[in-house]
Amino acid sequence: MKREKIISVVLAMVAMSGIAGLALITAYIFKEGLPIIVRVGLKDFLLSGDWHPLEGKFGIFSWIVGSLAVTLGAMIIGGLLGLSCAVVLTQFCPRRLVVVLKPAIELLAGIPSVVYGFMGVMILVPWIRQHLGGPGLSVLAAAVVLGIMVLPTVTSISMDALRAVPRSYRDGSIALGATGWQTTHMVILKAAKSGIMASLILGMGRAIGETMAVIMVAGNTLDLPHGILDPVRTLTSNIALEMSYASGDHRKALFATGVVLFVIIMILNSIALAVSSKRARKAGVR
Amino acid sequence: MRLSPAITQRLVVAFLWLLTAITIAILAFIIGHVLAHGLPYVTWDFLSRSPEKMGREGGVFPIIVGTLAVTGLAVLIAAPVGVVTAVYLTEYTRKGRLTAVIRFGADCLAGIPSIIFGLFGFAFFVIALGLGLSVLSGALTLALMALPTIIRTSEEAIRAVPWSFREVSYGLGSTRWQMVTHVVLRSALPGITTGIVLSLGRCISETAAVMLTAGSALRMPSLLGSCRTLALHFYTLSREGISMNMAYATAAVLIVAILAIDLTAYWIMRRFITKMS
Repeated sequence: MKREKIISVVLAMVAMSGIAGLALITAYIFKEGLPIIVRVGLKDFLLSGDWHPLEGKFGIFSWIVGSLAVTLGAMIIGGLLGLSCAVVLTQFCPRRLVVVLKPAIELLAGIPSVVYGFMGVMILVPWIRQHLGGPGLSVLAAAVVLGIMVLPTVTSISMDALRAVPRSYRDGSIALGATGWQTTHMVILKAAKSGIMASLILGMGRAIGETMAVIMVAGNTLDLPHGILDPVRTLTSNIALEMSYASGDHRKALFATGVVLFVIIMILNSIALAVSSKRARKAGVR
Repeated sequence: MRLSPAITQRLVVAFLWLLTAITIAILAFIIGHVLAHGLPYVTWDFLSRSPEKMGREGGVFPIIVGTLAVTGLAVLIAAPVGVVTAVYLTEYTRKGRLTAVIRFGADCLAGIPSIIFGLFGFAFFVIALGLGLSVLSGALTLALMALPTIIRTSEEAIRAVPWSFREVSYGLGSTRWQMVTHVVLRSALPGITTGIVLSLGRCISETAAVMLTAGSALRMPSLLGSCRTLALHFYTLSREGISMNMAYATAAVLIVAILAIDLTAYWIMRRFITKMS
C-alpha cells in the first residue's frame, strides 16, 4: 500500500510538468519583455506605429494592425471552407467517403507551414500580382494561405461539435417534414453553436500565431497596409525576422512583442475554453 | 422571389460540396506539385551527401540526421511525460482542482504559437541554462510543444479501454500499478503510439521554434552543437533564393516523411479501433 502511495505521488509530480512548463514560459517571456513595455509605456508601445529600434523607438501598432487584418481574412476563408467541410462530412456525406475525406483534411494540418508559404510564393503571389495588381506579396496572399492552414482546426473541432448533437434532434426535424438543409441550419447548427464558435476562436489563435508562412507571402513592409493588396508585417513575422540580429533593447522589444502575442492568445484560448465548457454543461455531459 | 425548400436544399448542398471539393483539390494540388517538382532531384546523392555552397549543390544528409536528432530526442522526452500525465489523469485521480489545473496547462500549451516557444527556448534553454543553439535546446523546446498532443491522445486511448478489463484485473488481486502497467497500458498501446507518431510529424514540420533554439548550422549535429532541420533548410533555400530545385527536393523529402508518418499513425489507429470494437 505504501508503494502505491509513492507511485501516485511520483505520477502526480510528473503530471505537473506541463503546467510547470507553461509557468516557466510565461515567466520568461514576461521577464524579458515586460521591462521595455513599462519603460516605453503600454499605450505608446501598443498604439504608436514608430518602430525604429536603433533610435530606441518601439511602437508595434503597425504589426498589430497587420496581424488583425491577416487573421480576419484568414478566418473568412478558413472559416467558410472549414465549416463547409464539417457540415458536409457530418450531414451529407456517405460514411464510406468520410473515411477517406476526414484523414485527407487532417493531412492538411500535417503539412509543414513552410510548404504552405512556399506554395503561396510560387503560385498565389504571382497570380495576385498579375490579375489583381500590387506587388503580390500582400494581406490577401497571407490571408488565403493562413485560411487554408486554419481550415483543418476549424473542421475537426466543429465536426466534434456537430457529431455531439443528439441523433433524435435530426430525426425529429426530418419527421416534421424539414429538408436536410433546413434541419442542418435550423436545428443542428444551432445546437452545435458553441462548439463551432470554439473552433473558430481556436482557428483564429492559430492564424495569429503562425509565423513562417506569413513571412514568406506577406511582404513584411514596415508601413501600415492601406488595402488588401498592400504588403504587411505581423507581430509574429516581426519577431522572427529581427530576432536573428537584434540585441540589447531591440531584442527585449521583440520579447515584449511576444508578451502582447501571448496575452492575445491566452484571451482567445480562455474564451474558447469557456464557450466549450458552457456547451458541456448545457449538454449535461462531464 | 422565394425558392422552394427542395431547390434551396439542392443549391446549398451543391455549394457546400463544391467548397469541400476545393479543399481536397488544394491538398491534392500541394502534394502533387511539390512531389512532381521535387522528386526528380531526390537522388541517392542528394540523400547521402553534405550540402555544398550553402545548399546550392550537394545533398541534405547532415540535415536529415539533424532533423532525426532534434525531433527524435524531443519525442523521447515528451512521450514518457505525456503518457504518465495521461495515466495520472485517468487512473490515479478523481476529477478535481488538480486535474483541472493539469488540463488547463495542457490546453494552454497547445494553443501557444511556435514563435513564443522559440522565444522561450531561446531565453531559457539557450541563454539561461547555457545550452547554446543546439540539438538539445531544440529538442527540449519541441518536447514542450509536443506534450499536449501526446497527453490528449494517450488519455483518449486509455479511456477507450473497457472498464471490465480493470475490474477483472482487480478481481485477480492486482494492485493499481500492476493493473495500469499490465492491463490498461498494454491495451491502450496502439492508441498511445498513434499519438506519439503524430506528434513526431508535428515536430518535423516545425520551423520557427527550431530556428531560434537549434540554429541553422550545416554541419553534422552533436548534442550540444547547432544543427539545421529539413523544414528550416527548405525555408532558407527558398526564401534566400539559393536554389529552387534543391528547395523542391527538400520539400519533397519533407512531404514524403509527413505522409509516411501520417499513414502509419492512421494504420495503427484503424487496427486499434477494429480490435477494440
